[in-house]
Amino acid sequence: MRPTLLQGHERALTQIKYNRDGDIIFSTAKDQHICAWFSHNGERLGTYHGHQGAIWTVDVDPTSTMIASGAADNTVRLWDIKTGKCLKVWDFNTAVKRVEFNEDGSKLLAVTEMRMGFLGTIVVLDINLDVEAEQSNEKVMTITCEESKAIVAGWSYLSKYIIAGHEDGTVSQYDAKTGEQLDNVKVHDLDITDLQWAPDRTYFITASKDKTAKLINTRDLEVMKTYVADTPLNSASITPKKDFVILGGGQAAMDVTTTSTRQGKFEARFYHKIFEEEIGRVRGHFGPLNTVAVDPTGKGYASGGEDGYVRVHQFDKGYFDFTYEVERQARQQQQQQQM
Amino acid sequence: MAPSFDHLPDPEDDEFDEDELDFSDLRERFEVQLEQGLDTFVVIDGLPEVTEETKPKLIKFLLRKLNAVGRTREDSIFMPIGDDGKSHKFAFVEYSTPAEALAACKSLDGVPLDKKHTLRVNKLTDIDRFGREGRIDEHYTPPKIEEFQEKEHLRSWLADPSGRGRDQFVMYTDDRVRVFWNNEKDPPEPIVDRQHWTESFVQWSPQGTYLTSMHQQGVQLWGGPSWTRQKRFAHPFVNLVDFSPGEKYLTTWSNRPISIPEEGHPALSVDDDGKNYVIWDIETGKPLRSFANIDLPSNANDEAGQPIKRKIVWPAFKWSADDKYVARLTQGTSISVYELPRMNLLDKTTIKIEGVMDFEWAPATPHREGVKTYEQLFCYWTPEIGSNPAKVGLMSIPSKEVVRTLNLFSVTDAKLHWQSEASYLCVKVDRHSKSKKSLATSLEIFRIREKGVPVEVVDSIKDTVINFAWEPKGDRFVIITTAEVVAPTAVPPKTSVSFYCPEKVKGPGVGNFKHIRTYDKKNSNAIYWSPRGRFVIVATVHSQQSFDMEFFDMDFEGEKPESDKDLTANLQLMNTAEHYGVTDIDWDPTGRFVATSASIWKHTMENGYHLYDFKGEQLREEPVEKFKQWLWRPRPPTLLTKEEQKQIRKNLREYSKIFEQEDADRGASADLAVVEHRRRLLEEWMSWRASIEEEVKEERAARGLPLDPLEGIIKKTTEGEDQIIEEIVEEIVEETEEIVP
Repeated sequence: MRPTLLQGHERALTQIKYNRDGDIIFSTAKDQHICAWFSHNGERLGTYHGHQGAIWTVDVDPTSTMIASGAADNTVRLWDIKTGKCLKVWDFNTAVKRVEFNEDGSKLLAVTEMRMGFLGTIVVLDINLDVEAEQSNEKVMTITCEESKAIVAGWSYLSKYIIAGHEDGTVSQYDAKTGEQLDNVKVHDLDITDLQWAPDRTYFITASKDKTAKLINTRDLEVMKTYVADTPLNSASITPKKDFVILGGGQAAMDVTTTSTRQGKFEARFYHKIFEEEIGRVRGHFGPLNTVAVDPTGKGYASGGEDGYVRVHQFDKGYFDFTYEVERQARQQQQQQQM
Repeated sequence: MAPSFDHLPDPEDDEFDEDELDFSDLRERFEVQLEQGLDTFVVIDGLPEVTEETKPKLIKFLLRKLNAVGRTREDSIFMPIGDDGKSHKFAFVEYSTPAEALAACKSLDGVPLDKKHTLRVNKLTDIDRFGREGRIDEHYTPPKIEEFQEKEHLRSWLADPSGRGRDQFVMYTDDRVRVFWNNEKDPPEPIVDRQHWTESFVQWSPQGTYLTSMHQQGVQLWGGPSWTRQKRFAHPFVNLVDFSPGEKYLTTWSNRPISIPEEGHPALSVDDDGKNYVIWDIETGKPLRSFANIDLPSNANDEAGQPIKRKIVWPAFKWSADDKYVARLTQGTSISVYELPRMNLLDKTTIKIEGVMDFEWAPATPHREGVKTYEQLFCYWTPEIGSNPAKVGLMSIPSKEVVRTLNLFSVTDAKLHWQSEASYLCVKVDRHSKSKKSLATSLEIFRIREKGVPVEVVDSIKDTVINFAWEPKGDRFVIITTAEVVAPTAVPPKTSVSFYCPEKVKGPGVGNFKHIRTYDKKNSNAIYWSPRGRFVIVATVHSQQSFDMEFFDMDFEGEKPESDKDLTANLQLMNTAEHYGVTDIDWDPTGRFVATSASIWKHTMENGYHLYDFKGEQLREEPVEKFKQWLWRPRPPTLLTKEEQKQIRKNLREYSKIFEQEDADRGASADLAVVEHRRRLLEEWMSWRASIEEEVKEERAARGLPLDPLEGIIKKTTEGEDQIIEEIVEEIVEETEEIVP
């Protein structure tokens, strides 16, 4: 795999997102701008300026028209991808840790931090995908997390549920229309650090500080698979086309100086999604991996580290050829049946 | 308000009459018991029978002993003579103070008078108290004999239930002690798992029968198939424990002297008060004898002028190979050899050896040529004293005969290395040059089994030897040398590893030791021979920078280099491995596997273990948080005779065929199980995907949404927006430079 090193950020990466076509990568870091890059050569397309604090999160709508971002300056901003113009600013009481568009780009959710006496919330906003149109100021719905603050959240298939991962290791399922909590299941021992979707949003993967990642069924929050790592995890992603998952993590940044670089375990780990077995690792970062993202077309992935770099990898032939004997047999059977 | 004394009553004003108070309860508790008149008397039993005529002679003889601990006179000894004119074999003795009488009981009791008679000394008051009429039942009541109860088989583990002859090991992590069967590549099979089984560490007995756990109250031994407690040795605050090689006896040591509480101690007696070492009989669980630390005045002082505490030498009590003797060194003066099970000094005296620095028992019963009588050997060395040379001596026990000495000059230090079968003894001698500036090492090898114990010197080594190891049951050895011995620095010194073996000779006998090969520019500092010989690991442990391990074969079956054709070895580096932060390397007792581990006792980085086979192929690797200890369970010596072993070796091919078949079958079935498991997982996944996809499709249809959520919006936004992007590519085919004149 040939990695492309994207050197544009001055501080630790916080999130990376591919657009739907997989040709543009958006990245946010604790410095105050968002970068957009061409995924195939690592050329920088542009930056988005305006935030006044560490940017925690970014998401791109399904049509690659707009991006939304959330930051420590207590705002969510909407940007025009093409022009870099800030289309809208929503103000909140506390920092925004996660934003996500729903599957048709008509809604945006934002997860706010619990701080200064405010409880953590999940807020839903209406989005008009026309860049010329006026965006609504109204917060359509607010879910308040009274027990444990939400760290990450996302929209399920059909925008039916909102799923949130909490600080106490639980995962909640909310009705996306009413905001009513439908279910809450304890799946991890420690904080959930990431939640990413399968392409059709019927299941998702959570990463946790408890050194595991879990594959969870959206409908009934059943844990289907568990991937055990030997280091706290910051991010996990599901690969399309191939049945793998990618986990990223490493010794927490504050502990790194007290341990040898060897021990940091700053590697992206590949596991087989169904068999839960580790397949391989990719080295390169010299700080913990804060975020991993997979190209929705399945051609590559990108990882962002505490070291301030984004490494973009294109999968090579070996990756696509790798199959378990059992998988090969199953495929042959399928082909025979079709014939 | 500030505190003041105003409110306190003035002691001067306070009027009360002391007589009015009732002190009787206090008086009862604290009143000093006045010595009663009989406390100065002792009774001596075990005397020879004498008549009126020979009595004065005995008394005179006795007085010499009695006066060693206190003051008594001839007329203070009363020896009653019976009607038949013969004494009753006992005497009363009056000392001048009760303390002396007590001292006499402590030190003279059990002292042998001659071959036949041993003194028994007791206080008269004790005899009165314990032996008075009525205190002892006149009628004999037979002691109740407990019903015989079958004990668990302590060696049951040797019969591996899976029939594969696997080995067990104990792993101590965090506060859990677990024992496993080694399963090579597969995760080890747990046997027992207990929290807080020990307080500091665990230890196997030398033949693997018992697992030792350490507690504040003492030592406990565990064993048998159900891991029940077999024995308990209540040595309070015990720090270290050491077994005799035959598992008959046990030494425990605590840095705190034993203090026996008022109400007594379940196992130890008042005599053990103030002692640090206790030697126990494992079978009975009873203490045999206790000893205090020997505090040698240290000649070095630290910066603050305080004498530097010497590190304790462990084991302080060294066992002979047959469990019959145990000996302790008093550095500089003597070696005390005790006979078991009575724990009395051999021939009642210590062996005086002026200047003696160290000694070591032969690890096996030696067989010297021409010596038919039973003997155990130990070797010792003494430094140069005045104009006398340094000496290495071999002493035979119980005869105390020095069977061989060797004089050495310019000796800085010497280390004694026995070969495991006591066939050879290598004395590693560090010599200094005349200026005392440089050091060099020579190896003096005693050939114990040959007539007259000849000594061969290997003095071709120019550097200092920092490590030496004999091949177990073999005659080859490995040394690690370094050019400069420097104080511990961050950069470990460069070392060289050299291999030696005997030359080939015609006929029986062992040729001279010859150098095989040296590997330079290493960091290695440790040598680990396989317990069966032939294979050896040279490793770097406890280092911050390098963690390499090299697996060597001394009898490589491939081609032998021409230069080595006269040697009895064919050295080959088989494999190298690296284990980050390795602190311990442990061969299993059969020499098939090696466990290397990084213990939290030494550092906190990547604690855990690796498992290798003897060839250096890694089988397993497991990081374990708070990993402390890994110990293979030792095996007792084989019960097969030499002939039977030879027979097995001869037919090894046939046996191995069976085992290989078994291994293959097991591997195949395990593989099959894995494949089956995967197939099931895949099927489950596929069927779940099919059902959920169907469900979502239906739900979309029901809501009137397109199958792809984006179809609608993309159509809207992309209409008429197709663009043609032109890219102009300039390619430079050739560049030439022409200089126009």
